[in-house]
This record gives sequence, C-alpha cells and structure tokens, in this order.
Amino acid sequence: MKRRGRYSAFALVREAMRGHTGWQKAWESPLPSRKYDVVIIGAGGHGLATAYFLGKNHQVRNVAVLEKGWLGGGNTGRNTTIIRSNYLQDASAAIYEKARQLYESMSQDLNYNVMFSPRGVMMLAQTHHEARGYQRINNANIVQGVSTEYISPDQVRKLCPIISIDGPRYPVLGALWQSRGGTARHDAVAWAYARACSQMGMHIVEQCEVNAIRTRNGRVVGVDTGKGSIDCDKLAIVVAGHSGVAAEMAGFRLPIESVALQALVSEPIKPCLDIVVMANTVHGYISQSDKGELVIGGGADQYNNYSQRGSFHNVEETVRALVETFPIISRLQMLRQWGGIVDMTGDRSPIISKTPVEHVYINCGWGTGGFKSIPGSGWAMAELVASDQPGILAAPFGLERFGEGRFIDESVAAGVAH
Amino acid sequence: MSTRLQSGGRLIDRGSPIEFSFNGANLKGLAGDTLASALLANDRRLVGRSFKYHRRRGIVGSGPEDPNSLVTLGEGSRHTPNRQATMVRISQGMAARSQNHWPSLEFDVGAAADKLSALIPAGFYYKTFIDPKPAWKHVYEPLIRRAAGLGPAPKDRDPDLYEHFHVHVDLLIVGGGIAGLLAARMAGQAGLRVLLLEQAQAFGGRTAVDVEIVDGAPSEDWITGIVDDLQRMPNVHLQCETCATGVYDHGYVLANERLPATAVEGGRLRNRLWRIRARRVVLATGAIERPMCFANNDVPGVMLASAVRDYIVNYGVSPGDRTVVVTNNDDAYRTVRTLLRAGLDVPLVVDVRPDAPGSPASELRALGVRVANARAVAMVRGSGCVSGVDVCAHAGEGTSLENVKCEVVAMSGGWSPAVHLWSHCSGKLAWDDETGMFRPNNEKPPLTGGGEPFMVAVGSANGVLEADKVVEDAVRGAAKAIEFLGAAAVPGDEPEIKVSAESPPMPVWLMPNGMNRRARSKAWIDFQNDVKVSDIELAIREGFESVEHVKRYTTLGMATDQGKTSNINGMAVIAHNLNRSIAQTGTTTFRPPFTPIPLGAIAGQARGSLFKPTRRTAIDAWHDENGAYWEPVADWRRPYCYRRNGESIEDAVHREALAVRRSVGVVDASTLGKILVAGPDAGKFLDMMYTNMMSTLKPGRCRYGLMCNDNGFLMDDGVVARLDENTFLCHTTTGGADHVHGWMEEWLQTEWWDWEVYVVNVTEQFAQIGISGPQSRNLLRKLGGLDVGADALPFMGWRRGNLAGHEVRVFRISFSGELSFEIAVRSSEGLELWNSIQEAGEEFDLQAYGTEALHVLRAEVGFIMIGDESDGTVTPQDLGLSWAISRKKKDFLGKRAQERSFLAAPDRWRLVGLQRLGGKSPLPHGAYCVANETVDFGHRRMIGRVTSTYYSPILDEPIALGLLENGPERLGTVVEFVHAGGKTSAKVVEPVFYKPAVSARD
Amino acid sequence: MLMLTCPYCGIAADETELHGGGEAHITRAGVEASDAEFEEYLFTRANPKGVHFEKWHHSRGCGRWFHAARCTVTMEVFGTYSAQTLQPPDEILAEIERRRPAASGK
Repeated sequence: MKRRGRYSAFALVREAMRGHTGWQKAWESPLPSRKYDVVIIGAGGHGLATAYFLGKNHQVRNVAVLEKGWLGGGNTGRNTTIIRSNYLQDASAAIYEKARQLYESMSQDLNYNVMFSPRGVMMLAQTHHEARGYQRINNANIVQGVSTEYISPDQVRKLCPIISIDGPRYPVLGALWQSRGGTARHDAVAWAYARACSQMGMHIVEQCEVNAIRTRNGRVVGVDTGKGSIDCDKLAIVVAGHSGVAAEMAGFRLPIESVALQALVSEPIKPCLDIVVMANTVHGYISQSDKGELVIGGGADQYNNYSQRGSFHNVEETVRALVETFPIISRLQMLRQWGGIVDMTGDRSPIISKTPVEHVYINCGWGTGGFKSIPGSGWAMAELVASDQPGILAAPFGLERFGEGRFIDESVAAGVAH
Repeated sequence: MSTRLQSGGRLIDRGSPIEFSFNGANLKGLAGDTLASALLANDRRLVGRSFKYHRRRGIVGSGPEDPNSLVTLGEGSRHTPNRQATMVRISQGMAARSQNHWPSLEFDVGAAADKLSALIPAGFYYKTFIDPKPAWKHVYEPLIRRAAGLGPAPKDRDPDLYEHFHVHVDLLIVGGGIAGLLAARMAGQAGLRVLLLEQAQAFGGRTAVDVEIVDGAPSEDWITGIVDDLQRMPNVHLQCETCATGVYDHGYVLANERLPATAVEGGRLRNRLWRIRARRVVLATGAIERPMCFANNDVPGVMLASAVRDYIVNYGVSPGDRTVVVTNNDDAYRTVRTLLRAGLDVPLVVDVRPDAPGSPASELRALGVRVANARAVAMVRGSGCVSGVDVCAHAGEGTSLENVKCEVVAMSGGWSPAVHLWSHCSGKLAWDDETGMFRPNNEKPPLTGGGEPFMVAVGSANGVLEADKVVEDAVRGAAKAIEFLGAAAVPGDEPEIKVSAESPPMPVWLMPNGMNRRARSKAWIDFQNDVKVSDIELAIREGFESVEHVKRYTTLGMATDQGKTSNINGMAVIAHNLNRSIAQTGTTTFRPPFTPIPLGAIAGQARGSLFKPTRRTAIDAWHDENGAYWEPVADWRRPYCYRRNGESIEDAVHREALAVRRSVGVVDASTLGKILVAGPDAGKFLDMMYTNMMSTLKPGRCRYGLMCNDNGFLMDDGVVARLDENTFLCHTTTGGADHVHGWMEEWLQTEWWDWEVYVVNVTEQFAQIGISGPQSRNLLRKLGGLDVGADALPFMGWRRGNLAGHEVRVFRISFSGELSFEIAVRSSEGLELWNSIQEAGEEFDLQAYGTEALHVLRAEVGFIMIGDESDGTVTPQDLGLSWAISRKKKDFLGKRAQERSFLAAPDRWRLVGLQRLGGKSPLPHGAYCVANETVDFGHRRMIGRVTSTYYSPILDEPIALGLLENGPERLGTVVEFVHAGGKTSAKVVEPVFYKPAVSARD
Repeated sequence: MLMLTCPYCGIAADETELHGGGEAHITRAGVEASDAEFEEYLFTRANPKGVHFEKWHHSRGCGRWFHAARCTVTMEVFGTYSAQTLQPPDEILAEIERRRPAASGK
C-alpha cells in the first residue's frame, strides 16, 4: 500500500515554503492489470464509494474502477449537491440517513475536505395536502430515528427571511425541516474517494470504456475495454444514466428510462441564503454555494435523453417559481445551465441488486437522488458485492420488487422530488 | 492617466453630457458611452477587486469578454450586482459601485489574501479546515462565504418588468459585423425571412475600428449604407443590444435584449427575452482576443490590444498616455497605429516573434516606433496601476534587460473564434495548430431535427481573421445556408477590401518561454477567479489531468465571464504541462448562456397573478364576497371555509358541518371533473377503466366507481351516471380530471383504437352545486320545477329537468351520508342558480360550506378521500371497497397487478376507524402506528398510519380513519401512535362514526 | 427544445404543447399474462442510446396521441406516425435505414 502525505494546515504551510512542489498525485493513473477480484464500471461517486467500502469494510482491495471519461464526470459533478434523509419509506430513510451520517464525518474519514455543510434543508408546504404529507414524513422520521421537524411559517421566515411567505398563489403553510441536512462540494466527494482508493492500492483507470462483458455459463469472467481485456471474479455496474447500456452488454434489461435533469447557477453574490430550500409544489430547489452562486435545480424532461442538455422550458418553469418564491433574485442573472442524465426506475427508487448474470451486481436508478446517497450506496453495494448477498440496507432495493409489486414509492406523501 | 481625447469617438455624442456616479463621486460621461468608457474618460482605472485575492482590477476588454469590470448598479429595489461595465450604457443619474472590498475600493482589508497567496493556492480548501469537525460549519465556512461572492444581494422585490417575444424565422444571423451584415443581405435578397442579432449598441463589429476603407469608402460609411439597405428590406429585421445566449435542440435560440429603461404600462421594461425558432443559423459572432501570460499581467492598465483601440475609436477615450504593446501577431499593430494617430505615445512594441517578415513592423519602424523582436515582458511594474514593464528575451527565464515606463500595456495573444453557440447543441470543435485556435468543425455541426447541418459559421467565428477573407467566407457561408433552406443565393456584390499581407502569429502561452516559478505564480489566466499558471501546474502535479478536472479544481473559467479570455490560455498551459497537444487536451463544454440573463427575464410576465393562473368556478365571485378562506386545489382555488364575523377557521368549519347535519348546506362542487364518454363501445370501455361493472348501469342511474392504474393501485374515484344507452358522464376528483381524461384518451388511441368510443372533458362546461342535509329536498321543492320526491328521483338516480328556471341535471348522490342532491347547470347560469338557492335557503338557515367541512362530513360516515386514504400505494381492497370490484368481469385496468404477491398479501394495511383515547383534540395527521418489535433497521415496526383526522362537531369528539396491518381483525383493540410531540393511543373501531337521522336513501 | 410534427393535425408542435408518453409499441399484458410477462410489460424498457420509438400526446393541441422515431443522443427525428399501429411503418424504418445504416437492425 502506498502512503501519501496527509492533508493539513501544516502540510499546506510546508508546501507553501517550497512552492507547492511536494504535493503528490491525489490518485494514481495506472494501466489496468490482467485480472482483479472486483471490477467496478463507473468512477463516479457511487462506483468509487463502492470500491472504498470494499477495501475498508471487507478488505477486498484487488479492485479496479474503470471510467469511460474522467472521474466524477457524470452526475457526481452535475448535481445541486443537496444532502438530506427525510424520506418516508423505511428502506429509503435507512440508506439516505446512513449516507448522511457518513457525510458528517467524510472529511475526517478521508482526510479531504468535502465541505459537508449541515446548513439545514427546508421543504416548503404550499398546499394543505402537501402540509399533511410533510407531517406524515415527519412522524415516520420520528419512528425511524431521522431527526426532522415540521415547522411553522414563522419559523420558516426566521430561518430564511427572503422567502415570500404570503404567496399570493401558494402561501407557505409550514415546512419539513432537517437541520442536519445540507450540501457538500460534489467534485471533492469523488476526488476524496479516488484518493482513498488509490491509497489502498486500487486501480482507477480513466478513459477506459468497457465495450463488452464476458460471461461463461451464466457467470461473469471479465470485460473488454478500450485498454484491453480484463478478467474479474465479480463485476459491479455503477453507471448512472447509462445503466441500460451496460446491462444490455451483460445480457439483461432494466426497468429504467434515462432522462435529462436540469440545473443552473447564478453569478456569485454575497451570502443571502444560508439553507437549502425545496419548493415542490412549484418545482424548484435552491441553495447558495460557498462561492456565492445560487445553485438551482429544476425538473426532469419527459423524454428519453442521453445528451446532457435539456429543454429550456424546464429551466424557465423553475426560475419562474423561484422568482415568485424569492422575489429578491429577480435581478440576479443565470450564469450557466446544464443537464445530467438520470435513470428513473418504475417506482423512482434505486436498484442495488444481484442480476440474472452470476457475480454481476448493479447499482442504479437513483433518479434525482444520487448525490445525497453516495456513501450509503457505496456501503450497501460493497456489502452486496463482497458477500454475494444484500445486507440490511440493500435488501429492499432488489430488482425482484418490481415483479412482486413491492414499490418503494417516495412520491406518495407530497409528490416529493428527491 | 486615462482621459477623454479632444476628438474622435464614433459612438459618442459630444453634445449630450450625462452625469453618473461611481462609488459616490459624481462624474461626467457622454451619450453613447459604456460605463467602462465613461470610467476611463474620468481616469478611473481601478474598478474592482478580484474574487479570491482581492487584487486590484481594471478594465481589460471592451465587450462581454471583460472579466474584471463588475459593478453594482442602481439603488433600493433596483439594486443590481455584478453588471459588466463594458456592457452597460450610462444613463443620467446612474449610480455605480465597485464590489468585493472593505472598507473601500482603494484600501481593501481582504487584499491580505494576496499577501498569503502562497498559502492559499488552487484547491487549498480541500486540504485544510478538516479538523476539528464542527469548525467547518461554525468557523471556516462562514469566513469563506463572507469573503466569497461578488456584489451584495438585492433586498427588495424587483419593480421592473420583463417580457418574452416569440418569433419564427428562416435564417437567424448572430452577429452584426461585416460577415453577419453581408450574410443578411444575401439571405434577404434570396427572399428569406431573416433576423440579425447584434449584442453591441451598434452594427459593424470590428470592421468599423479595424478596417479603414471598404469598397473605396470609409468603413463607417459602408456600414451605414448596408444597414440602411437591410432596414429597407421588409423580410429582414435587424436588432442590436440583443445577445443570442443559447442554442437548444431543433432550432430553438434564446436571445436577451437589453432595454434602456423603457416606460410601459405598469412599470419599466428592462429586458426582452427573444425565443426564436430558426430553420438555420449563420454564426457570425466574431472572435475574442486572448490575453498574454506574463508576470503581473493583472495590474490595472494591462488591457487587450483590441480594447485599447476600441476605446480610442469608438469612445474617444485614451486608456493612458504611454502604451507598451505586447504581441505575437500582426493585428496588434493596428493598436499601435491607432495610438499614434490619436497622438499618444508608444515607447515600445514587444513582438515575441524572432522576426516577422512583411509585418507592419517595418512600416512603423520607419515612423520611429521601436519594435523589439524576440523580446518578452518579464513583468509589469506598478502597485496601483501600471507604471512600466521589464523587458526580457523571450527565449530566456526572464532576466530584465530594460525597464520601460508606461501607463498601459496593450497585449494580444491572438484571437479565439467565439464558438460558444456552435457548441451548445453538440457542434464539435477542431484545434487548428497553424492559427492556434479552436474553430468550428464544419464536418460536425449542430444538427436540425431532421439531422441536417443547422449552423454555418462565417468570418472570424469560423477562424478567418483577415477582413478580405472574412468577406469571402461570409459569402460562401451565407450561400451554403441559403441553399440549405432551398432558396437561391443571388451572386454577390461583395465589397472589396484591401489588406496588406500579414505574417503568421506565433503561438505563445507563457511569457517568457522559460518563465520562472515566481513569475508563474504571478501570471494570471483567469483574472476574476484568480487562477494563475502556477495553480494549473499544481492541479496537474496532483493528478488532475482532464480539462474538466483542472477547471473544477482551480475554478478556471468558472467566473461570471465563463472563461471568455481564459479558456484557451488555460488549455494551452495544461497541454504544455502534460506534453500533449492542445488538440489532445480538448476543451470544456460550453453551456448556455453565452452572457448571463436576468432571472426576471426568464420568468418574464409570469409573475403575480400571471404566475400559475388560477382556475375559478362560475361561483368564485360569490365565495370571495362571502369570506372564503381559499385553498389551492390543483389549478383551482376552492373555499376551505367561509369565515363569518371574525370567527376562527376552526369555528367556521364546525358551524358549516353542523348546518349540513342539522338543516342544509350548499357547496360549490364545480371543480369536480366531468368527462363524457360516448359511443357504442362506451360501456365496454368503462368496464376496463373502472373496477366496477359499468356496462350494466341503467340510463337514469348512477354508480360510484373506482379507477386503478395498471399497477393495481387506486387512482381516482367518482360517480358515473348513464345519460343514455351510449353515453356516460364520469365524475372525477378535482385534481384527477385532466389526468383521467388523458388516461382514457391514451388507452383509446394507443391500445383499443378499434373501439368506438369518444371522450370529452366537460368539466368547465357545467357548474355543479351540492345540496346536503335533512332539509335539502324541501329546499329543492321550494326552488320548484322538478319532482324531487323519493319515487321520482330515488337514491343513486338522476333526472333532467328544470329548477328555478334553469335547465339542470339533478343527481341524487351523497358524500355526507345525508339526504343530498347535486345539481349540474350550464356554467354561464351557475352563479344565478347559486344565488337563487341562497335566497330560497334563508328559511332553512342554509349555509355554504367549504372543502374542510366536506371532508369532516365524509369522514364521519367513513367515506374515503383520494389523496388521503389513498396515496398511490393503496388498493381498493385495502380500503374495504371490494364490493366495488366486479368479480364477473374478465379484465379491468389493475386486475392483473392486484394478483401479484405483494398486493395480494394477507397482512396489508387496511382501513379502520380510530377513536382517540383521552383527549378532545384529533389524532395528529399522518401519525404512525407502531408495534413492539423492531425491524432490521433498528426502529419499531410501523404497522399503520392515520390517513384522515378531524374533530367531529356533531359527535363532539375526535374521529380518524387509518390504515392498519390486518386492521379489521384488530377491532376493539388499542394501538399506539407515534407523532411529533409524543405518543397517543387509539381504539380500533369500524370506519363509520355517525348515522344521519334522515339518510341519503330516504 | 424538441419540435415534432403531429401526424394528425399537421402542426409542427413545440415540446411545450406536447406530453411525452414513453416507449411505443408496448402491448398491454392482461389477466392471462404470467408474472414475468406482466413485469416486462409494466417496467422493462428498451431505453436505447440511439433510435427510440416513443409515444407523444399533442395535449395542448389536437389532443391526439402519436408516435415518433427519435434519436436519444442527437435528438434527430426520423418521422412521426400514427399511434394506431403495432410496429413502425416501413417508410419510417426506411428513413432510419437511410440515415443510420448501422442502427436499422431492429
């Protein structure tokens, strides 16, 4: 195992004195070996977290993470960085809360400042129906041990003075508040995991597209890539947005459709919004990054799309809703908009599952909720891959649920987007 | 000193002075000035502070590429941060303030960061502020947040207006320089519908500044001439101050028009967002000049060479008396000539090329200008603004050979085509080594919906820089676009431009070539975000090798200018460090918008009452006049209750519910969906849509029906009335009407298209009035005209007839358990009938009731509510509605799904009544029932939940409905509910709490 | 911002006038379907990176459902056609074949 210098203020001062020439690579870029115990396709947050927990929790370290493009370049680097776990269903609350807890100590655990900032996530109730839905989630969270509360319009105003509480179209009737929800620096999450995996001796191979999955007698034996053929005992497919394409290579199909989800940022301004606000009735969520930009998430297009760009009317609808809810932002400007390709399952909840091919595992379908779940997802996936059996967290998310009709439906309470 | 020159300035009107202020100082400018030119005219060369190190920042460019000149404009509710001084025209009384400093622009405490810059290189925050854990949120992050951001946020609601403008054109031309104007003329002559957009205040682009003679006339005259010609063409529209900001699929282009504070009805119009569908686009966006990378290239006074001549020619402003020009190409010599012509001093031209045969250097040397070849700028001197440059050999490490005093450094690192719009929709770029630029790859253009090339790049946007070639290229490109559109290009009368031969540029990315480490840490690439050569080197040392990684790690190109000047220089430094070509390194993806768009402009007119317009029933006005407390339901608003004489909402609901039980109440039920299903196969069709058998319903009769989705879950409910043999009227929930209608159409059109059925949504065609309570029949009798006796109109029957002079349908159905009627009348007569009912109802103490009383009443008698008892995961069987599921039918939507293991499981949560123990207040909404055992996740197992919970005024006790695992088997037991604030016990009872004295069936 | 021509009313409709309905040519599995067939019908989708046959509703227009063949990467439209067919018409397949010789295997 290779030791790399620890990051600290001390190291920064030391390096400043020698022109920062002593820093080592955050992760190595080796050529792939012939064979690994586990090959993971996809070096996004979920793939890297899977590798990390394979090594940390299960001592499986002969691992390669193959990435078609650049590490963290999919949805990990394209989302609105919201982290919360105020979910209704037990299975969701468990995995998202696990993820949130791991986020709390991620900077220390990985010795990399991922800037997890528990600034609080507020979901506005703007109809009576929505208010009852959030009260229901709050009650479920109390049983589940997830710390949330349902707060009054006055408390909303105190926490976020720039919200237009009185409507007029959709007055704020209350809100579901998770004070330990927040945001993190999305790229840093991928980089931090990559660094930790590399330190454990794992291989992260970028610019390495998988072209075929090789099987023998219904069991995986390896993959063919742009950098040669690689054998493996187990294969984990963790390629949000492109899961269907990868599954097809392995010879099965998924209950998934890929659509573009829109986001945008404003120019940076001095702090005016300390918390994350989600307004689901009007379809928009907003937070302010440490750099000062307002980070705004909108809806998903309603057609299959692999192009990482989307239609403008979704942006328009979101901006319109947010200008109405936060009147002070009207004169600020949109700086950049982009799309991420998210995969949507039949019940809009993820899949962490064995597949029809032995020793091939799939982790996908996070829809719009992928970033917040990264560490929990990696934890659960690593357990599944290492033991060939889902653990407590992954068990409910198996592919078989669709046949059984056992939905994990989060939209039931209040039409909540993730 | 920068100052206004005695003469010149093609865009200013010297006869129209304008007063404005900067940081409180009153200054004078001229009509036509941008804020940038006006500031320079007033010797304001320091205009801001950089993002990270708070370094002094001056104006670098003259257009949207300028990274530095961000100011806050306006006061009070018009406070607007981060406006680019180069893109704002001054107006009388304009108040501009610089940003990101404290206490003042000149003395900024934040500049301490600059002294510590060695400690805070790119990405320093990832490596520190890690321990102790709470410190990030409570100490470090607040400090960083306060230091970051640029201008202060607005505090008020925006008083200005924005509007959207939709237009379809054959050909959109982006850019009003010579290439765009020529293309517009050709397309106009070919008879196409043409729109030309120019982001600046005037047409002509660089030609007006850089080319002297076009077709034998001064370029200015030629431009005026062609603009006049174009404006006379009825099929051509020219538009300046309008920036095309984004290209989307299938020919959709967005453009942002800046309006000079136009007064319109209701306020001041600030921006107009153009939403364009173009069949083809000609991209004539020109090019953006690149800065040079040398030490201290960020000191105010270091400017783009093209900007220096723009200020002189366009605004009659001298950026400084003595200018050193630094270049790797011939274009910068235009700046030398312009400076000399304006009578300004050029002590030295640093031309990094060892020699440049045929370049204008020799001509200028003859005029006495000193041109130093193979030389480079070692560093810029000057603490506040430029005071001089140290010159060195370009081949070396930067040993200073001489110091030249100057106030301005005009730099030119070559030009980058403005290819942003080309890239927005997947047009590919190709690196051209010879010219040192990314240019549009014409083999891989963005495509139309039909898969054909959508865009043609011409002129400088296509990488063609010399004016004569630009003309040729524009003619070629325009002809191609015209041909794509199936029109014939008229052979051109392209203008003649004489240019002298130019010698090739020499790509130079670092200056000098062997630039030492110290210099690299002072050589800026991204001026606004403070990214230096050394930061990129650090990122690469740490393994961030992809362009996207470097960008994200260093924040290169992520400032408000989105890398317009920094992008290519950054790529080049990355390539240099990785020993790759720039072609291999690639570029980042350009995203819309090209220049920022106000969020208000995106929202457009959809504000206030036009934001999500409210659907109103025919009776809406009465509700409003009678104290309605409104509730948004789907797109409608409905009275939640009517408050009388200051009573509380709660009291109003109780009063209304009691009135129905004791006498009679009336509710506006117009929002309920009404869908007409007709045709010979209508019965067969409804048998598939509903779980019940509808085909056996007799004309004149009604039946309560349930609809499931194909997943087997309850989706909607409502009463179906058979109007005649072939016609059914299906009532849906308020929120479900549009969905159910679309759902029916989908099945009819995409699955059972051979069935003869027609579906019409008539929700808005009828007002519907519910009358409920023991006195309801008496009230109807008083209205007169229709026999509403039990024999003539039995329960679950309906009749057509006349009531109080209106043609109506009366349905004898009940959602309260009381004797009830629902009256449907033409929407146009709804209010009149409602008023008649009010009048007739006085003697019965008739009261209007809202949605909440309606809910209380239905819960008292155990009726379910879609959205409360059902939530998309509940089956009719769960709700004890098996009686409404036909066993005789072979198939219906949801039937197969309900046979799956999870839906057929015996231990599903099922509907029960819940009687709260100890206390008058209702059980909390959505409280969860828990068992004693725990689940794998470690918490108590949830076995049910409260779905509806109310205080029942007639019973004077709380009532609730809920879903409970094996619910009906638990009748009589006591279960425990967990909720915010504690736990409450409730007894499980039958889900019926009240039996009316006069029932619905009487 | 897609624009699709409704084959019924002939209008080139902006995406905002339309409502996407997912994969086309899926025949409903009824009561006689096996568990696997029923699951396949409800959930399994082709989701191709390439040519996709899909349903659209001209919801803010003539109200008709129609089908389109569209590339999910480039957004190219190969044609729109009646929803009342069990498979893409020959002329649509020919157009795909013409423009994408490699993709026409299906």
